[in-house]
Amino acid sequence: MAWLDTIVQGILLGGLYALFATGLSLIFGVMRLVNLAHGDFSILAAFIAVVAVQVLDLNPLLALILVVPVMAVLGYGLQRLVLNRLLGRGILPAVLVTFGLSIVIQNGLLETFSADSRRLNPGGIETASLPLGGGLAVGWFPLLTFAVAVLLLVGLQLLIGRTALGRAFRAASDDGGTAALMGIDNGRLYGLAMALSLAIVAVAGIFLGIRTTFTFSSGPDRLLFAFEAVIIGGLGSLWGTLVGGVILGVAQTTGARLSPGWGVLAGHLVFLAVLLLRPAGLFSKPRRLDS
Amino acid sequence: MTLLGVHALSAFYGDFQALFGISLEVAEGETVAVIGANGAGKSTFLRALAGAVPVPRDAVVFDGRPVGGHPAHALVDLGIVLVPEGRKIFPSLSVEENLLVGAYRGRRGPWTLDRVYRLFPVLGERRTQPGTNLSGGEQQMLAIGRGLMANPRLLLVDEISLGLAPLVVQHLYRTLEAVKAEGTTLLVVEQDVSRVLAVAQRVYCFRKGSVSLHDVPARLTREQIAAAYFGA
Repeated sequence: MAWLDTIVQGILLGGLYALFATGLSLIFGVMRLVNLAHGDFSILAAFIAVVAVQVLDLNPLLALILVVPVMAVLGYGLQRLVLNRLLGRGILPAVLVTFGLSIVIQNGLLETFSADSRRLNPGGIETASLPLGGGLAVGWFPLLTFAVAVLLLVGLQLLIGRTALGRAFRAASDDGGTAALMGIDNGRLYGLAMALSLAIVAVAGIFLGIRTTFTFSSGPDRLLFAFEAVIIGGLGSLWGTLVGGVILGVAQTTGARLSPGWGVLAGHLVFLAVLLLRPAGLFSKPRRLDS
Repeated sequence: MTLLGVHALSAFYGDFQALFGISLEVAEGETVAVIGANGAGKSTFLRALAGAVPVPRDAVVFDGRPVGGHPAHALVDLGIVLVPEGRKIFPSLSVEENLLVGAYRGRRGPWTLDRVYRLFPVLGERRTQPGTNLSGGEQQMLAIGRGLMANPRLLLVDEISLGLAPLVVQHLYRTLEAVKAEGTTLLVVEQDVSRVLAVAQRVYCFRKGSVSLHDVPARLTREQIAAAYFGA
């Protein structure tokens, strides 16, 4: 039973990792941009939620309504004013600039909020659990996190698969030059993609902040797990990202059960094994963004 | 009435100059052809008109307005649409989705999915398949259909015949007649000279990035064309 519990916890943790990974994967898919500040943006969102909770006396889950649009606008502006200038010159300029952004965000957070660790308190739900019988119980909050991840992935899948904006994302992903000739304003489109990416990672950041404590420097770890989830699942596959997150989550909880220090290591080992055996990931469908 | 006026257009790829002072006019409703050897600058010229190559503002005048250097999507809004060389079908998109991307700007006009499917019934039969599953000729139909979905006033068509069988090319040129009948102005780049002389009202020949010959097809002799093509 204890093992079953470990695996269930891992699966639910995977939902959170999928939330971190989805935005990263979307951006890479649409414009071949690797956003090394992705994890830091999630922590930035969590700190904005801390302020919203303090100033407006909000429940952190309600703070989502405020923080998600703020991060989306930030993403749009960042893409249009900064990142769009770096595209079309290979992958390196964007890597360097987002690496710099990562440092700027971390230091900005350190200056503003000090090095103290924080936590978002949603008032009870984070410790409440649902008994499943046989001594097994799952937390309401991990369950909620997983459900939100699945809902967001379904929504994103519908957006990419069924709407004009989604078609434009896929067309630009295939061939940005030809997409522009068809009337797609790539600068604006990339802005919308980054807005969507940071909106999703804002949700991830706030859920993380409720689940566990975080500091100004928690971002890079999140980025690493997001990368691992994306690579395990296969680039360009939304559901692969969820499966990648789940595999990583199960590996981490299983490792941690064997010995408390082994959790993260076990995740890395599974990631390396996938990279070795299936370098393209488990569900990679090259050139497709919507499946 | 002049729809498109090009005045002493020069264009560069980095340090490499591809076009040297091209001047050309296309009247509303007219079909004009640009011929020339490989590397004469024909495709660069169309891409410059479509906004994919930077050009000076006054070098391109469309419907009385200088539009040189406008971004491609703004030119699509005005009705300048390119059917690119090599078809450039989006592989992640189905046939129908490829057509719908053509309609992205929502310009109004006679062309709808239904009209395009009537023009190219095979596209309707295969609407749910990936666009790149089609044969070369069908992909060219899809590329033309995608361009039409933007409801162009000026359709720029680059090398329809590239890599296609003569019968297929003949069919494609017949469909261009239907496009013309809607009042759409056509600027066609083509290597297949005899084909294009049959449909165009006027012909420009490019050589090494300049206009080497310009006339109505009836007045042109083989020798003149050969000289303009290859240099005398």
